[in-house]
Amino acid sequence: MLYREAGDFKTSYVDDGQTFPIRFDRWGYYAVLAIAFLVIPFVINDYWANAVFVPFLIYAIAALGLNILTGYCGQVSLGTGGFMAVGAYACYKLMTSFPDVSIFFHVLIAGGITAGVGMLFGLPSLRIKGFYLAVATLAAQFFLVWLFNKVPWFYNYSASGQISSPERTVLGYIVTGPNTHAWAKYLFCLVILVLLAWIARNLTRGSVGRRWMAIRDMDIAAEIIGVNPLTAKLSAFAVSSFFIGVAGALFFSVYLGAVEVGEAFGIQKSFLVLFMIIIGGLGSILGSLAGAAFMVLLPVLLKNILVGQLGWPTDLAAHIEFMIVGGLIIGFLILEPHGLAQLWRLTKEKLRLWPFPH
Amino acid sequence: MPDQLLFAMEVTLNGLMAGVLYALVALGFVLIFKASGIFNYAQGVMALFAALTLVGIMDGQVPFAHLINAIFGTDVHHFGWNVPAILAIALTLGVMVLLAILVERLVLRHLVNQPDIILFMATIGLAYFMEGFGDIMWGSDIKKLDVGLPQGISETVESATDAIFGYGFFIDRLDMVATVIAALLVIGLTLFSQYTKQGRALRAVADDHQAALSVGISLRFIWVLVWSIAGFVALVAGMMWGAKSGVQFSLSLIALKALPVLMLGGFTSIPGAIVGGLIIGVGEKLFEFTIGPMVGGATENWFAYVLALAFLVFRPQGLFGDRIIERV
Repeated sequence: MLYREAGDFKTSYVDDGQTFPIRFDRWGYYAVLAIAFLVIPFVINDYWANAVFVPFLIYAIAALGLNILTGYCGQVSLGTGGFMAVGAYACYKLMTSFPDVSIFFHVLIAGGITAGVGMLFGLPSLRIKGFYLAVATLAAQFFLVWLFNKVPWFYNYSASGQISSPERTVLGYIVTGPNTHAWAKYLFCLVILVLLAWIARNLTRGSVGRRWMAIRDMDIAAEIIGVNPLTAKLSAFAVSSFFIGVAGALFFSVYLGAVEVGEAFGIQKSFLVLFMIIIGGLGSILGSLAGAAFMVLLPVLLKNILVGQLGWPTDLAAHIEFMIVGGLIIGFLILEPHGLAQLWRLTKEKLRLWPFPH
Repeated sequence: MPDQLLFAMEVTLNGLMAGVLYALVALGFVLIFKASGIFNYAQGVMALFAALTLVGIMDGQVPFAHLINAIFGTDVHHFGWNVPAILAIALTLGVMVLLAILVERLVLRHLVNQPDIILFMATIGLAYFMEGFGDIMWGSDIKKLDVGLPQGISETVESATDAIFGYGFFIDRLDMVATVIAALLVIGLTLFSQYTKQGRALRAVADDHQAALSVGISLRFIWVLVWSIAGFVALVAGMMWGAKSGVQFSLSLIALKALPVLMLGGFTSIPGAIVGGLIIGVGEKLFEFTIGPMVGGATENWFAYVLALAFLVFRPQGLFGDRIIERV
């Protein structure tokens, strides 16, 4: 009854093209934003921030980035971990070189640097397609991780080879380092996620996004109707890497605090983010968020049930998690290749008719 | 002869041997790709799984012991017998065939007509599943695999080269055995696909699915067959790698190296897999030997990928691959 376009008159093109054309959705979106900004920061504690919210927000940014490249532009990348490492190390160098600048700008500039690196590794995509490209992006993954391990300049010649984030502030509030509060970390990541999700949404439904999708659906045909594959593919790599770089910078500076590159940004991270967008839904902004939430919550949930309730050993729980994740990936690809986002879309279709289906 | 040159020759020889092992894993990829157009990411994990199963059967481990102990609070781990290597290999082969049937039933059958990249991602899911499954079934600790393959440095080669060059080459016996086995495997597979009925059917499917169906070849049987053969190749590769460096998780990562091998050799060519493996093996060892010390070493992690990437830019189909033709 509530979920209808009926009675919600659009009187301008701007109204007609809005992201949430149904009033109920719109209010739902505002309500979620209000809760995220006005309620959660006051009730959040360290456990919830570190186990659920901050990783979710950061992975959501990474998933958005990969979804732009893979879901919208059709270029499969297995180099996400490497690009996150670029963001993290760029942020670290900026933080230590310019301690007086707000970390907000460090994170954004780190994203920009990653965008440059991403474009460089995106160049072969003009010649190589499909899983050839996927394997080619592995080159980025392994090379970048090796680079950050072997060149001492990147980790400021520290003895352990690790990088650890010094205390930095935004508008006077501490957001990195050991003395920060849960709500400060959470809000900082939330603001960046909302900003980037808004940009992603508007890019993907504009002419840039349509060019990406044309390339995804068939690149030769797209070229014939006048889409320049060079600019389309490279812009997708740039935007995607920017997002992933920002996620890497936040992952290092806000979430982990200290990072060993092979461990934090290894090939497993690339797969994790890829799984997020497969389960969430390729080519969907909402799907990126849903997939990130799912993949962050699943291990926490399993750990609580298997280890907390049943008292099983943690390594067994970890193996079962592997099996469940693998099974879910196959299951989703078979049953619903468009992921959680498509399930939500179908639910909406049903809701619009409910409770009078005819 | 100058020492540097001799060193370089030894490095090259060792690279060739390592390349053979890469080629072994790559063979499994090529087989599946040719017959079903699926790029099977799980090949490396299949090798790991086969090796785990082999060790488990040989040592008489109770499958799922960890899980059973956790649920029922018991403490079982071994049956207390040891199975001879030959029998264990046969049993493991049976498990791999069973796995092939299950994969066809539960996964491939439902993904017919999907885009290649979806199938690729499904095999990544399969890889994850099997990794967890193998660990639950046999435990995740590092295991020693000993099926009676010769180990250690070959004295014959050392003394022979010492007599000729005045400098003994260090070559692992296991690597030499691996080379022989790989050669036999390639000859066997080539004979199989050229001269047997099933082999011909397999090539027909690789050529054109629909045409093969129309002359009465069962696609499903062929897929099970191909995945079984790939399982067999995985078992051989798993045995070699396992005997070399122990059966452990990193086995599946070593198998990732087979990907650049494939890209270099071309996805559709069995000789390509061999040549690609040799090039990568020699290339990365020589690069580590000449350039490695200048940039801090451990270049073996990425050299193969970068080489393949650079190569692909000039020849996207690889050395021996079929020419890629695209139409609107």
